[in-house]
Amino acid sequence: MRVLMFGWEFPPYNSGGLGVACSGLARALAKENVDILFVLPKHIDVSEPSIRFLFAGLEHLQFKGVNTGLQPYRTASEYSRFRALSENDLYGDNLFSEVLRYASLVPQLIDGETFDVIHAHDWLSFPAGIEAKRITGKPLIVHVHATGFDQGGGAHADRRVWRIEKEGMEEADMIIAVSEYTKRMIVLHYGISPEKIHVVYNGVDADLHTGTPSARVVSPLKLKVPGYKIVLYVGRLTLQKGPDYFLRAAALVLKHNPKTFFIIAGSGDMERQMIRLAAELSISANVFFAGFVRGGELERLYRSADLFVLPSVSEPFGITPLESLIADTPVLISKQSGVSEVVSHALKVDFWDIEEMANKIISVLRYPPLKHELSREGKNDALRLTWERAAAKCVMLYRTLLAMIQT
Amino acid sequence: MLSVCAYFHVHQPYRIKRYRIFDIGNDHEYFNDSSETDLNNRRVLAKVAGKSYVPTNEVLLGLLKKHPEFRFAFSFSGVLLDQLESDFPDVLDSFKRLIATGRVEVLADTYHHSLAFFYSPKEFKRQIQLHSETIWRLFRVRPHVLRNTELSYRNDLAKWAEEYGFEGIMAEGWDHYLGWRSPNFLYRPKDCQKIKVLLKNYRLSDDIAFRFSERSFKGWPVTAEKFAHWVNAHHGTGETINLFMDYETFGEHQWEDSGIFHFLRALPGELMKHPETMFRTPTETVRALHTVGEFDVPHILTWADTERDLSAWVSNDIQRSAITELYALEENVLRTKNEKLIEDWRRLQTSDHFYYMCTKWFADGDVHKYFNPYASPYDAYIAFMNALNDLKLRIKTRIPARRRTPAVV
Repeated sequence: MRVLMFGWEFPPYNSGGLGVACSGLARALAKENVDILFVLPKHIDVSEPSIRFLFAGLEHLQFKGVNTGLQPYRTASEYSRFRALSENDLYGDNLFSEVLRYASLVPQLIDGETFDVIHAHDWLSFPAGIEAKRITGKPLIVHVHATGFDQGGGAHADRRVWRIEKEGMEEADMIIAVSEYTKRMIVLHYGISPEKIHVVYNGVDADLHTGTPSARVVSPLKLKVPGYKIVLYVGRLTLQKGPDYFLRAAALVLKHNPKTFFIIAGSGDMERQMIRLAAELSISANVFFAGFVRGGELERLYRSADLFVLPSVSEPFGITPLESLIADTPVLISKQSGVSEVVSHALKVDFWDIEEMANKIISVLRYPPLKHELSREGKNDALRLTWERAAAKCVMLYRTLLAMIQT
Repeated sequence: MLSVCAYFHVHQPYRIKRYRIFDIGNDHEYFNDSSETDLNNRRVLAKVAGKSYVPTNEVLLGLLKKHPEFRFAFSFSGVLLDQLESDFPDVLDSFKRLIATGRVEVLADTYHHSLAFFYSPKEFKRQIQLHSETIWRLFRVRPHVLRNTELSYRNDLAKWAEEYGFEGIMAEGWDHYLGWRSPNFLYRPKDCQKIKVLLKNYRLSDDIAFRFSERSFKGWPVTAEKFAHWVNAHHGTGETINLFMDYETFGEHQWEDSGIFHFLRALPGELMKHPETMFRTPTETVRALHTVGEFDVPHILTWADTERDLSAWVSNDIQRSAITELYALEENVLRTKNEKLIEDWRRLQTSDHFYYMCTKWFADGDVHKYFNPYASPYDAYIAFMNALNDLKLRIKTRIPARRRTPAVV
């Protein structure tokens, strides 16, 4: 079985979940004896012997975290803002033209390659996937890690993104969604028949992709002072991720538990707004903005925290809570997330219910048995969510798809 | 002769509302949820009474009139009786009518449906006494046979019951302790001289309580005729068939459309088609039958799950910490002499609160989830601990610090 896979980013050149998911899934598929031809828009140095990479040659494309050392640009508006600030504006008007150029490079890229299935991750690579299908007639799977509606905070999507997503979903022979939550969105907002959509939950690497065993000793954070508790947020600072709800809950928590620190790890277009909000709420002294953090540093944050909070307004899946659980820190997650479908041993809350969020944060900080039970049992939940499991399901879907096409 | 001895357990807890951290120190009402959820105790009881208690009482009253030989027993929790008395007096009256026939026995129980025996024997005794007084006040009868919360049982409980003066005690007829022996006889609890233990025939009881409408059950559909045949097959190999089940079996766990009422209406007649089958209440049973051997239970035995232990209530850290902290308050709570405060502390002892915190098969969405009014065991724990911390504050304001024992800090 050989699969032509289209992606947009790949660790360590990734901004967040999409790259992590693509790499986790591709590596696990390789272990299942699937040949992966992984196409990326531009050349990067990846050391992953089990996967063969093809690079489209969009060498000017700037990956988040590389040139700026800062923010990702998963949303078109973020990208435009970023591009407006960028000096070396040498190519394409915007992200959309990059996406289309990516597709236009497909014919020469796959010339001479053979494969059975095309698998494209997220809208950025859907046009490339459609192009590959058009040329070869091979079946196309589009894998939806997020929709424009998630990035728009649940109710709205960029029209242009929506159009590309919808075309990809319609052209695809099969759709993989990362959660039932996302599947419902695809049915509701894109008019796709539910029979065409299959849910494959993401996994998490037990070594947190730091390449080091999780049992290693991580030096504690300086903020880890006796008597003080740490509550952690990890994610981009965008409308979708709900950092503002986190800060408002923090203000409530501090009224009752003044000895609490809140760490916000991540950057994004709401960063300045969040710093201002912390000041308005008069909680700046207890809130720390750590910027974009990855690898060992991120693991250190996870391990230092007493509780991890995912306050997302709309989260298709959400790998970070699983990473936190692997690092032995319990999680409070938004009910508006895919990950809440697979983790039982977590506290759950509607993102807008700030009082309940604060109630649960304080409960974990005050009642140690709650923290211990949640972290111990939650870790077991997370460890069950392996990429191997996700890969096995994908292989099953590839076979189903090929059998469907033969008949 | 083969006697059929049935008791129905009637209990509804005072569930704790979604009591938040912010309520501590401000709101001292833990059980007054008024939402449209299953945390609203009044709403739940209205539903259960309408679907189960009222129609089943009616069926049983009819049966008592029709069959002069028919008799059975109830075990009520005090907290259920409290709720009936304050909100549903008509339903309570229908129970009174049944008991007034003289053929319906009432068992002794803990007032607050608590696991107090295993945490505070003194408190346990107080709850048994409170319960007996209430049973006398409402029904004018005195219990002679003890049934402990969740059918929990151990050698020392039987010993305690004997010394207290009970003639009989209930337990699960669990194979692990019976070995090759049958639950269909009376046994003498280890180290006891007079008291007799009645063992639940869990197979026949559960054929009704759990499997009645289960189509995959090989005995389905369970008809009165078929069930009477199963019971009567024990003539010669047993003396009493003890059928113990939750009263909500009728109409709530097994819905009316399953035919459960039809079954109940027909059962006594079918059973008595065998001339040697008769009905006895638990007290009549212990007075009529001799024991055939010793029942030795060194570890806690309950009705629940495949383990038949207390693990559904106190197996994880949150359950254990919650119940331990609760009982640690005993001395200080009682010292306040504040009736409302003491009653709230006791209502928090109801075993259901700890059951809701069970994470054993949480992920599988099984029976524990079905009976859980909270979205998760953790939500149950948070509400409980917040209420408990408010209770601690109330104790503080009532007892000067130097007179408090260290449990309240």
